[in-house]
Amino acid sequence: MLAEKLACISGAGQSDVGRPSSLSALALTIQACERAVERAGLSMSDIDGLTTYPGPVLDGSGHSPVGATEVMLSLGLDPTWIGASTEGHAHMGAMFQAIMAVASGLCRHVLVFRTVAQASARARDHAATAIGRGAPRVEGGWSWLLPYQAYSATTLYGLYAAAYFERFGATSEQLGAVAVNARQMAALNPNAIYRKPITLDDYLRSRVISTPLRLFDCDTHVDGSTAIIVSHRDSAPDLRQPPVLIESIGMALGGLGFGDFDNADFAELPARKVGDMLWSRTDLKPKDVDTAQIYDGFSILTLLWLEAVGVCARGEAAPFVEGGERIGLGGQLPLNTSGGQLSAGRLHGYGHIYEACLQLWALADGRQVRDAKTCLVTNGGFGYGAMLLRTD
Amino acid sequence: MGEEQQERDRGAEAGHAIRHLPVLDLENRAFWTGGANGQLLIARCGQCLRYIHPPRPRCHLCGSGLIDREAVSGRGRVKTFTVNRQPWLSGLKVPYIFAAVELKEQPGLHVISNIVGCPAESVYMGMPVRVEFEQAEDVWIPLFRPDAEGR
Repeated sequence: MLAEKLACISGAGQSDVGRPSSLSALALTIQACERAVERAGLSMSDIDGLTTYPGPVLDGSGHSPVGATEVMLSLGLDPTWIGASTEGHAHMGAMFQAIMAVASGLCRHVLVFRTVAQASARARDHAATAIGRGAPRVEGGWSWLLPYQAYSATTLYGLYAAAYFERFGATSEQLGAVAVNARQMAALNPNAIYRKPITLDDYLRSRVISTPLRLFDCDTHVDGSTAIIVSHRDSAPDLRQPPVLIESIGMALGGLGFGDFDNADFAELPARKVGDMLWSRTDLKPKDVDTAQIYDGFSILTLLWLEAVGVCARGEAAPFVEGGERIGLGGQLPLNTSGGQLSAGRLHGYGHIYEACLQLWALADGRQVRDAKTCLVTNGGFGYGAMLLRTD
Repeated sequence: MGEEQQERDRGAEAGHAIRHLPVLDLENRAFWTGGANGQLLIARCGQCLRYIHPPRPRCHLCGSGLIDREAVSGRGRVKTFTVNRQPWLSGLKVPYIFAAVELKEQPGLHVISNIVGCPAESVYMGMPVRVEFEQAEDVWIPLFRPDAEGR
């Protein structure tokens, strides 16, 4: 049996999200973990695995200020296995590790968390999140980019957005539909950061950051933590609520941040393998997806992801989102129903996983997609992972 | 306009004051220092003759470990670009143009760089460009400017 079919999501928790928060990054993490364990109907002593993405990055940027070991000590856990996934399929890498730990029989309940404190970091130092800041010299993939002032991922995705616009004739009006939709959804999410709706005109008037990307194309730094519990599927009887089933997974590696630009087609993410893998492991089809939480560190990533994961054919994501009707709550594919990272805040992929769980547990209140049984989640800008989640 | 003024202007366009420099190592040193002799040195497989950038000690296409460095023409075309207008760091001069340049030697052979020496509004995809170098400490950073002869 495929590994993911042996696993399920038994609990999910999200801390209060702030910009900045009055709580420390560790306190936010504990809050998220406690909420996840509570929702699953488990106790801390049931947790026998612990992992995170990417592991502690202690450079003052707030990118990942909390490590798994610290969380183990704070929660009083005594796990069989503990890890972190600096390398691999970006944000989703830790989820895949958890699935493998459960499927292999090593663990029964793996706690996965992702914590960011970038709003606090920026409150201390406005340039704290500039890539490479503080390093005297740079190595690895970023060493091909930072000498050219790629201090923000916005410049990287500006290259993709420009190429996508040029190749397919996509427009700012189409791209802006992703940002406008995010605000509409965030208005219905009490834990979102930006809840005041914007119009397409507001979007078109917002300042350009790196052409063609504007302010509203970029996600927003927050302090917050998300925790997801991956359990063995045979633990379902012990759980407080029916588990979210992991129908299939897909993964691919590559992208600019890794220094991977040889032979690159900038009008797509090097992530088509994600969709191929995901749909090869299930009988479900893209048309069966009830709602989608598609990574939106930048709005352009959402368009590129919709194509990479096979929801839209190449070049068709822009016309698909245009006008917003198809991706609204009553539309064909309600998209990023939490407000995504653009409006709910940059919880770095885990906000998307959390929202998928809420939708499938019918706990999404005012933004609940009616009869949501399947939800597609994708994560990553370089390094790519996706899960097709469902309920029975 | 004197040469010095032109130099300063070019620096301003490229945000000359602030660049994070690479750690030089055995794989990347040729690329980052070839400019000392006016050369853009790109790794090339000695067996299948494919250029490989970023450089690696093994050809990922044919498996050969015979990797040379070869001076290329320094000419290419803008594959895609973005005009960055946000000053991410204090003192960072904007706008600047961040781009992928496809070198003429091989389809898909990209160098990430800045386009300099022209107004941001004049850059377009497919624009012919040629290399020049900006020295900073022990690094000669390959930059690209419009190539009037490349049309």
